[in-house]
Amino acid sequence: MLDTIVIPVLKIAVLLNAVLVAVTFMVLLERKVIAWAQSRLGPMRVGPYGVLQAIADPIKLLVKEDIRPVRADPMLFTLAPILSLVPALVVFAVVPFGGDELFYVTDINVGLLFIISVTSIGVYGIILAGWASNSKYPLLASLRASAQLISYEIAVTMTLVSVILTAGTLSMVGIVEAQQQSGLWFGFVQPVAFVLVFIGGLAETNRAPFDLPEAEQELTGGFHTEYSGMRFALFFLAEYANIIVISAVVTILFWGGWLRPFPNVEALAFLDLIPGWIWFFAKMFVFLYIFIWIRATLPRYRYDQLMRLGWKVLIPVAIGNIVLTGVVKVLL
Amino acid sequence: MAEAIAFYTLAVLILGLGVAVITTPKTVHSVVFLVLNFLCVAVLYVVLRAEFLAVIQVLVYAGGIVVLYLFVVMLVNLKRAPEAHEDPRRLARLGLALSGAVLLELAGIVVYSYGRVTPASAPAAAGPLTGAGNTEELGWLLYTDYLIPFEVASVLLLVAMVGAIVLARRES
Amino acid sequence: MTGQAAAASTAAPIFDTDELVINMGPQHPSTHGVLRVVLRLDGERVVDADIVIGYIHRGIEKLSENRDWTQIILLTDRMDYVAAATNNLGYCETVEKLMEIEVPRRARYVRTVLAELQRIASHCLWLGTHAMDIGAMTVLLYAFRERELVLDLFEDYCGARLTYNSMRIGGLPLDIPTGWDAKVRAFCDLMEGKIPEYEELLTNNRIWLERTRGIGVISAEDAIGLGLCGPPLRGSGVYRDVRKDEPYAAYDELDFDVPLGTRGDTYDRYLIRLEEFRQSIRIIRQALDGLPEGPVMGKVPRLIKPKAGETYHAIESPKGELGYFIVSDGRATNPYRFRVRPPSFCNLQGLRPLITGHLVADVVALIGTIDIVLGEVDR
Repeated sequence: MLDTIVIPVLKIAVLLNAVLVAVTFMVLLERKVIAWAQSRLGPMRVGPYGVLQAIADPIKLLVKEDIRPVRADPMLFTLAPILSLVPALVVFAVVPFGGDELFYVTDINVGLLFIISVTSIGVYGIILAGWASNSKYPLLASLRASAQLISYEIAVTMTLVSVILTAGTLSMVGIVEAQQQSGLWFGFVQPVAFVLVFIGGLAETNRAPFDLPEAEQELTGGFHTEYSGMRFALFFLAEYANIIVISAVVTILFWGGWLRPFPNVEALAFLDLIPGWIWFFAKMFVFLYIFIWIRATLPRYRYDQLMRLGWKVLIPVAIGNIVLTGVVKVLL
Repeated sequence: MAEAIAFYTLAVLILGLGVAVITTPKTVHSVVFLVLNFLCVAVLYVVLRAEFLAVIQVLVYAGGIVVLYLFVVMLVNLKRAPEAHEDPRRLARLGLALSGAVLLELAGIVVYSYGRVTPASAPAAAGPLTGAGNTEELGWLLYTDYLIPFEVASVLLLVAMVGAIVLARRES
Repeated sequence: MTGQAAAASTAAPIFDTDELVINMGPQHPSTHGVLRVVLRLDGERVVDADIVIGYIHRGIEKLSENRDWTQIILLTDRMDYVAAATNNLGYCETVEKLMEIEVPRRARYVRTVLAELQRIASHCLWLGTHAMDIGAMTVLLYAFRERELVLDLFEDYCGARLTYNSMRIGGLPLDIPTGWDAKVRAFCDLMEGKIPEYEELLTNNRIWLERTRGIGVISAEDAIGLGLCGPPLRGSGVYRDVRKDEPYAAYDELDFDVPLGTRGDTYDRYLIRLEEFRQSIRIIRQALDGLPEGPVMGKVPRLIKPKAGETYHAIESPKGELGYFIVSDGRATNPYRFRVRPPSFCNLQGLRPLITGHLVADVVALIGTIDIVLGEVDR
């Protein structure tokens, strides 16, 4: 009873809250980092150096008036933000933050596939939001979004195959353990795959330079143009939760998850004093930072250029990478 | 016991959503019900310990194919009613014939499986699922015993893809 | 107009498709004010566009016909409100030409400095918003940081930051404050270091290149035919700069280059404006070096009342050729007819042929590249 129900439920409760709090602070981090990149200060008023902005923002969104356009589809308009957020949160069930059983909810033998498939459900939120709003800009945005997500999902999934080939398992914990055994993080074994997954991750989370579905300069905010208040906040939460997921996945697949640097070098054993989950979060933070950094730096792709990049560059490279990995694997 | 509860709940949900798909007046709504239906089927696979199949069901059907469905449904103007055929009972007759065929097939499967399980009456008949995960086993089977059907299916998909490209290409 | 548009209209689709009509503006973040573009889209491709203006029409021309000659300077501030000083300059010079007033040399030099500072400020605003439209948000803040410094210089000079009212018929209301020229020099040095910063973010950025190269190409003939002026015209390789062709203020005594484009696309127009930053700095430095001593106000009658006649005078504003046509009947203390040739309005003529055949994302880039200010378009 305790093992099968109470502890998992507690873990899930803690995880959900941690993720949602992390997301609010991720927003603050983004505002701060972009502000520094642009020689501004960012939020400074709420709390010291604006740290309480992370709490003020959700409160503001929660108490805002809930506006639904008259000609929107009531059922889907309500459902869309939920469909967007839930998959983003469900994914965390198989993300191991540490090697100990305490640090993950479950370790299923198809963990990586689970993440891919559940995130692929998230696209419904965006498509339905665009359609249910009964408005032209959101509709255009949701068309862009669905084409973009499907294309990049193919590229990312193809790339992950080569990682799976290297690791020989689909379990998230298993992949990190495989890196421990080989003594090399897969980022060094599969550098091409790492770059592809990161680019694909940027595109799948609708982040700059692939943020076409929410390009405010072109589509006045994109698929969530008609959304406000808490419904909008749900989209917002989903986007940032997805960024955290991608960063976590990249950390696990390519940079050894909770492992310290050079996990098999005895001389560096003193690094084990730092617990694994701190290593994990430190690595993840680097990728979160890169996400923001890219947003502050790059202009936006155009729709056709984005599709060309996905289909004519990423997917062929991903397929080539699979073939290469297979050949090397057989030869060794 | 728990499995039985899960199965019957899911069965009711799947059938209910199936009915909702064909009775909802709005097409986009029925696509959404279809997605939910697929998700419930995926859960059914999980109950049957076919995790790989469940995940693939979500990934391919819910995450891929139905998105394209939705794409089409959203873009195509469906407000005009389809033109009625001269013989109004044609559809009804066709439906009757099709549902009869499906019913026969289902009955056949039930009879066949009863006939197969009863004599063996051993749980090992279907092959035990090892703890190592059924992904590997599935892979082995696909690339050994079922290699030819697998390849035939791939070629079929390729043909369909080429056909679609030929149809969609604009005359230049 | 472009090849893509022709291809889009001749290729017969096998399926019936409806065109999507989208109202971009007057409330839209990228139409730079209240421009309204009615787009007819096939997918995301623009089949046709209708450009609707007039949302910020205040009747400045008519108002001017009922104002004192000096009061009109205030109104010209409010046309191109991001380049008020150049508007003042154009108007004052036109009236001076009509009344044949000799402007002191020092005043002409200071006017040149003000006009070029204004060009830098205007181009900063253009660069920031143009980059923002294409998604590079950091450039906006960088460019506004430098624009702020120009506004500070103007504040030091005349006390205002946006609508300066900084010139008078016959010269300037004020001489430059003590130490102002040193501040301007310091700004020039600083600005020279900032331009590479913008370039690093954009000029060789692959995404920026893909978004601007070959987008909105317009040939020299078409550009002349449409009456384009300023950077959009020079981007197509046409040598036309009022500062060189019909020198005014102190430009005939100063040395500077006019950058020209070769391909006539958005990228060329971008490069030209960046080069104009550098040329402006060059002009300002020369003007400050050669700043003559003397009064800043010429001999102007107490009551400004030009004799009957008409005149047209144009200057090179940051956006192109800004011309004033003024008719005086010789009796009243206000113009009989007052007409402005605003560069934004003329350049806006080019928008429709530019965007036809392009994608929605390019529309915002192209609205940005012609650099319009709606206050000047509608007046």
